[in-house]
Amino acid sequence: MSTLNTSISTEQTQREAPELAPAAVQDKPEETAIEYGQTVGTPFADDAKFRLRDVEVYYGESQAIKGVSLDIARNEVIAFIGPSGCGKSTFLRCLNRMNDSIDICRVKGSLELDGQDLYDPRRDVVELRARVGMVFQKPNPFPKSIYDNVAYGPRIHGLANRKSELDDIVEDSLRKAGLWNEVKDRLDAPATGMSGGQQQRLCIARTIAVSPEVVLMDEPCSALDPIATAKVEELIAELSESYTIIIVTHSMQQAARVSHRTAYFHLGNLVEVNATDKVFTAPEHKLTESYITGRFG
Amino acid sequence: MTNSTSQAEIVRQSLKRRYRKERRFRAYGIAAIAVALTALVVLFADIIGKGYTGFLKTTLTLEVTFDPELMYLEDPTDPAQLRNGDYLAPLIAALKKELPEVSGRRAERALKGLISSYAASDVKDLVAADPAIMGTTQRLTFLASDDVDVFAKHRDDASYSIKLTEQQQAWALTLLERGIIENSFNDVFFSNGDSRDPGHAGVLGAIVGSLLTMAVTLLLSFPIGVSAAIYLEEFAPQNRLTDFIEVNINNLAAVPSIIFGLLGLAVFINLFGMPRSVPVVGGLVLMLMTLPTIIISSRAAIKSVPPSIREAAQGIGASKMQVVLHHVLPLAMPGMLTGSIIGMAQALGETAPLLLIGMVAFIVDVPDGFFSSATVLPVQIFLWAGSPEQGFIERASAAIMVLLAFLISMNALAIWLRKRLERRW
Repeated sequence: MSTLNTSISTEQTQREAPELAPAAVQDKPEETAIEYGQTVGTPFADDAKFRLRDVEVYYGESQAIKGVSLDIARNEVIAFIGPSGCGKSTFLRCLNRMNDSIDICRVKGSLELDGQDLYDPRRDVVELRARVGMVFQKPNPFPKSIYDNVAYGPRIHGLANRKSELDDIVEDSLRKAGLWNEVKDRLDAPATGMSGGQQQRLCIARTIAVSPEVVLMDEPCSALDPIATAKVEELIAELSESYTIIIVTHSMQQAARVSHRTAYFHLGNLVEVNATDKVFTAPEHKLTESYITGRFG
Repeated sequence: MTNSTSQAEIVRQSLKRRYRKERRFRAYGIAAIAVALTALVVLFADIIGKGYTGFLKTTLTLEVTFDPELMYLEDPTDPAQLRNGDYLAPLIAALKKELPEVSGRRAERALKGLISSYAASDVKDLVAADPAIMGTTQRLTFLASDDVDVFAKHRDDASYSIKLTEQQQAWALTLLERGIIENSFNDVFFSNGDSRDPGHAGVLGAIVGSLLTMAVTLLLSFPIGVSAAIYLEEFAPQNRLTDFIEVNINNLAAVPSIIFGLLGLAVFINLFGMPRSVPVVGGLVLMLMTLPTIIISSRAAIKSVPPSIREAAQGIGASKMQVVLHHVLPLAMPGMLTGSIIGMAQALGETAPLLLIGMVAFIVDVPDGFFSSATVLPVQIFLWAGSPEQGFIERASAAIMVLLAFLISMNALAIWLRKRLERRW
């Protein structure tokens, strides 16, 4: 770990001079400042839920993720930040194999959930997705009733044998998502008639209705207003007690508010992983600092 | 200052030009719609103007006495003899009673020209059903001859030539004035199959034939087309083979329909030995023709389902099949149905391929199954339009109206289904 740090810091010192050069030159050095597959900070954890080593993702010929190694601990909230196109969403989608549906996408490296290989050809992707749920950037409720939206997952997985059990799951999930009081009188109303914030919380309720172990969130608040965002963030804090949550966000304030650890991605590299307050107060890597101080991104 | 003024001037100038362009464009659009609407109005006016008389029949209503002697029957209770009786004689006798000035064999033969050649057999059927009316006098309504039909409807229309002699015309006029010859709703047109006699011809056979053919087409092409579209869109890998298939489907949609008829003739009739002129073969051929339309529109409908819905379902752990069945299909269904109904409407109006598989035969009986000889509405129109009898001109137009009614109701159904099933997301 320490050797790794030093090697990068030497890189940084070498780059110190060009940093002060005029803007045109200033844009350039960051690319060379990262060493392939090297990450500063604390990417590894003892009690790892996900153990990811040397992950590489290719879209056809172009490489989107460059040798990322990272552990994600049980019941932690980890935020992925970084400029657009840095690969954080791609990386997130590897974790429940949502990239499978993209023909040209190839994933290499070792990705393990509880010690089991995610990309084992014998592995059932349906079972994986039941354990690793996902909430998307845009609220995407099914064009069905609120009840049916939440009940869909338990139904297809056969989690409830009786109507009353299903009712309980739906109520419980909606309560956890903080939506129960708003919708309990209109469970049969179409979900598409709700406000954006409500729809997103419904999507979260739908995800947790199948009791996943991990919830992946891909910029869950980017389409929401500040009030709805605040509600979703509150919800994330509550959910972190029982779930491992991985959240991709463009809002650094949001990352700072909700996450325990923050991972900074840059052009497919995982540059720095550290405790959230450390990342936002004393980032180790120059690139992280440039990003959080708003110099680019 | 001067700089900004001149710039404003330039903008104003260009604005003027832009608005002029916009107005011109709008004028083009309105003109195009006007042309289309005029064409439609002319078409409908022509068809309805020519064809509404096709919905009228010309009949004679007379007091007919069933005199066994006149009908050359020795024993009217004998069914065998009844079959061979002269049923035209009592009709002519009744007519003669109305026109007392008629006498002589020649005049009688001229009188015969007023009565439809099918009237006698219609009366015969009546007697066969109820032999007790032999020897009694009944008030009967029966069809007038084709020439009287034309005379009664179109005697003032120069485009029709009246085939009746002067004498017959005088009789017909007298009978018309007395209300013995009259026009009424043409129920025969909707209850009969084709016939050599326009007065006796109907579209029922063609309607039933069309319905049977459409049923075969729909039952085969909808499931096959939708399954093909789902497979190509959701499951098939993107490679050269699927690209090739896609190109070929698009090409098939543009193949002239008569080619499908040739294919049907070669494959279904010559190779598989299926009978000619039957709705099953017609349906198969039209299925080949509508499949590309249904596949293309179904694929478009599947493509228009937002990927976010698929992702949502996948994210919860729905399998590929569940994503398709629970989410993609219901959302794509309105588009698929619309495409299918439009394909069906196309098939309903199709003539050329059916000519080649023998559905153009002269078939009098209303088909009673998928394997009985039949014809379809557009082919019936084609047959009548080419017939020399004048009575068929208006009946062809009437049949066109029936076909249009079917097409319009199918399109209305498509719109209704789309509105009904459409869900917002």
